[in-house]
Amino acid sequence: MLAPVAHILPLTTLRRERLLPVPGRVVVRMGQKITPLDVIAEANYGGGHTLLDVASQFGISEDAADDLMRVRTGDRIEENQVIATRGGLSRKTMRAPHNGHVVAVGGGRVLLEVGDGTYELRAGMPGTITRLIPERGAEITVNGALVQGVWGNGRVDIGLMMPLLSAPDEPLAANRIDVILRGSIVLAGTCNDAAALRAAGDLPVRGLILGSLSSTLLPLAMQARFPLVVIDGFGNRPMNSAAYKLLITNAKREVTANGEPFNRHTGAAPEIIIPLPVAQPPPMPHEVTAFTPGQQVRLVRAPHMGEIGTLVRLLPGLTAMPSGLRAVAGEVRLERSRQVAVPLVNLEVLG
Amino acid sequence: MAMPTSLVDIDSLLALDVGASTTRAILFDVVEGYYRFIASGQAMTTASAPFKNVGEGVHQAIENLQTVTGRKFLDANLRLILPSQESSGVDAFAATISAGPPLKTAVVGLLVDVSFKSAHRLARTIYSRVVDTIGMNDRRKPGEQIDSLLKLRPDLILIAGGTDGGATRAMQKLLETIGLACYLLPAENRPAVLFVGNQNLAVEVKASLQSLTSSLTIGANLRPTLETEDLLPAQRSLADLYTAIRRSQIGGVEELNAWAGGNLMPTAYAQGRIIRFLSQVYDSRKGILGIDIGASAATVAAAFGGKLTLGVYPQFGLGEGLAGLLGYTNIEDIIRWLPLDIPSGVVQDYLQQKSLYPTTLPATTEDLALEQAITRQALYLALNATSKDFSHQTQWLVPGMTPFFEPILAAGSAITNAPTLGQSLMILLDAIQPVGVTTLILDQNNLLPALGAAANLNSILPIQVLESGAFLGLASVVAPVISAQPGTPILRVRLVDKNGNETLLEVKQGALEVLPLPSGQSGRLFLEPLHHADVGFGVGRGGNMTVSGTALGVVIDARGRPLRFPADHGQRRELLKKWLWTIEG
Repeated sequence: MLAPVAHILPLTTLRRERLLPVPGRVVVRMGQKITPLDVIAEANYGGGHTLLDVASQFGISEDAADDLMRVRTGDRIEENQVIATRGGLSRKTMRAPHNGHVVAVGGGRVLLEVGDGTYELRAGMPGTITRLIPERGAEITVNGALVQGVWGNGRVDIGLMMPLLSAPDEPLAANRIDVILRGSIVLAGTCNDAAALRAAGDLPVRGLILGSLSSTLLPLAMQARFPLVVIDGFGNRPMNSAAYKLLITNAKREVTANGEPFNRHTGAAPEIIIPLPVAQPPPMPHEVTAFTPGQQVRLVRAPHMGEIGTLVRLLPGLTAMPSGLRAVAGEVRLERSRQVAVPLVNLEVLG
Repeated sequence: MAMPTSLVDIDSLLALDVGASTTRAILFDVVEGYYRFIASGQAMTTASAPFKNVGEGVHQAIENLQTVTGRKFLDANLRLILPSQESSGVDAFAATISAGPPLKTAVVGLLVDVSFKSAHRLARTIYSRVVDTIGMNDRRKPGEQIDSLLKLRPDLILIAGGTDGGATRAMQKLLETIGLACYLLPAENRPAVLFVGNQNLAVEVKASLQSLTSSLTIGANLRPTLETEDLLPAQRSLADLYTAIRRSQIGGVEELNAWAGGNLMPTAYAQGRIIRFLSQVYDSRKGILGIDIGASAATVAAAFGGKLTLGVYPQFGLGEGLAGLLGYTNIEDIIRWLPLDIPSGVVQDYLQQKSLYPTTLPATTEDLALEQAITRQALYLALNATSKDFSHQTQWLVPGMTPFFEPILAAGSAITNAPTLGQSLMILLDAIQPVGVTTLILDQNNLLPALGAAANLNSILPIQVLESGAFLGLASVVAPVISAQPGTPILRVRLVDKNGNETLLEVKQGALEVLPLPSGQSGRLFLEPLHHADVGFGVGRGGNMTVSGTALGVVIDARGRPLRFPADHGQRRELLKKWLWTIEG
């Protein structure tokens, strides 16, 4: 049976494509070293569009209006620049309401893109540019530790990772968010306290990594101006031991907290990336596997949600669960040596 | 025995459904001269990352079916063996799909109460999420409408508006706006467009939008006149466009469509087809209801005299949609269905966690209670949303309540794979709250969409499979409607089985009663309402009918319509437990 894979890896080669939403310019070069906040590509991005209906304004036919146009597609225009004008007794002029450029002319109308904004695509991860994708972006490669999460608030930043927990279930408390944490990425077990999230924002921290988050805090977490990455899920439960050990081991290192929202269709997921020096590039993570005895697995539903164990064997036929449901299951040895039967669909392979 | 003509041409048929979580391969074949459901194989759907290709799941599901049946369907190159060769392959293949995120859809129309309403109804017949509506009464300027479309990047733009032969100017202005937005989108992000408005504009639409869209379909007008709405032809166009979009979005779907001879269908559309077909065949004054609640969506298909109302609600599905469920209902309305004391915060956490892992199963009693409570509420919401669109031919006992249906067919593993049939029944009774006399049937093998798709190839197959016992008769239900104090006698029931044995029962308001009548048997049911109760024959009027035996027999649901619960949470939980104990004996 095919198995979903979650990445909690002490050393791997991570490769990601970063692409502009529209064609633009790539501003990095092959082999360039970058930080997550570096811009790798940019595109012109106007503040919006304005449709000027010359035909209606002048009270003439579309064809007649087209003949009066003073601008062409692609023209840059200044505020108050004449767009179209009609001479004679009923003289009329239409002017540009803003700076911008003309994106279409026809049918008696002119479409302007106003403003001169630039959309900047940031790397979102540290590493080296290993492939350029013309007009769209680049591929970035980095060696290091990787911990994937399940929820992110869409923000990204780098900073020293400062643990604020002595056990994986330690909650984030507002009174422990001290000035010493300013500018760091804080690691905590769980959070069900709005005041703690606000304190982190007020300091401000550069990021927050949590094992779990109370879902009642989601609106606040979405508004946070720092990246927030949840490793295991929602509720009040400890961070899984594999992620906890890996993150604690790398405390006070520079990490990237990328709160990319989870999307099962594209494969996007929030990530903690910790660049590490390597002699030889380690293997890339496996994205596809099948359930096999000996695999390290994470339990993603109750009971034992978030616990790590080893898949001992695949059970034949269907196994009855305490709920009464019967499911294809595997026997999992949890870390405290306890062995439990778990539906395979409730497991993720760590790799 | 004379063999129907179509059996000569097609014997075996393999139907494949690619769901959000599960891909199912279902085999039908001729046994002793009749089409029968033979077996099914299933596997995890592989439409999402890291596969992004349905092929792996399709192959695994078919291979699992090969293991079950001992028959080979795929050749060495994993190609379908079609037509059959000796003991391998199949004679026909049909496929349906619901995998993939809901299509981001922009609806464009003229009048809020006319074309907009019809266009929204049409959008609800596929797996879609309306992200923007653009119309004549839109207060935004055209530039803002363009910016909105550029930001939202819809997969599909559904354009309705104008009666055939009516004025065209307002529609032309909207079309210009849509054309400009499409022109400004990068070529790979351009939407598919379905035009189902004033047919006088069809040529102009084609000329102006053809080169600016990923796919343009001109369908029949939804509102040929102001008074007439005809969704059926447009539904077919939209179903085709949906599969065209999926073919471009998800790997392997193109090949699946080729296997199906270009007839790949949205799962819900196929389900709707079979429900409509049944309502034509049974010619009942009541409607026929089919519900299916899965990870991708809750689907409600209701047909009255051959007229189908189809509602597909990704927001009420038991997968990713759960993260946003509280935008449509409040937490107390979920908690009301819980027989266990579970805090609201835990319910909220559960909704978010389950949305991250839609394929997981409830292994604990608490998780199961949560799953079933959420299923009840999601189904309740989906049915309520669809009932607003029910046909004028609908027979209601009381407007606002569930209309008369016979039978009600239910699919979706949260219902059909519940640990006990009593739990399946209670989910359905609570969520649907049927009235009068009806039969609840479980589609445990998810055959309905397969039959809807197969009907294209063989019209006899669905009928013979439906009559073959491939579905589970869950219960015959009698639900009287009356406003009476709990404890008031409201119905006398007499059930006479085929041996002449009688069971007599006086039912009181608030009660739930069971009269055993096992599957395979039949009996005569006599109903005598008291105190002006109505069981569908009219206020205070009695009647009798033949009922077929079902797994749980005849169930009298006199709990009241709509269901009301004690204000005290402890009492409510005890009542929920008591009802389940009653059903399960």
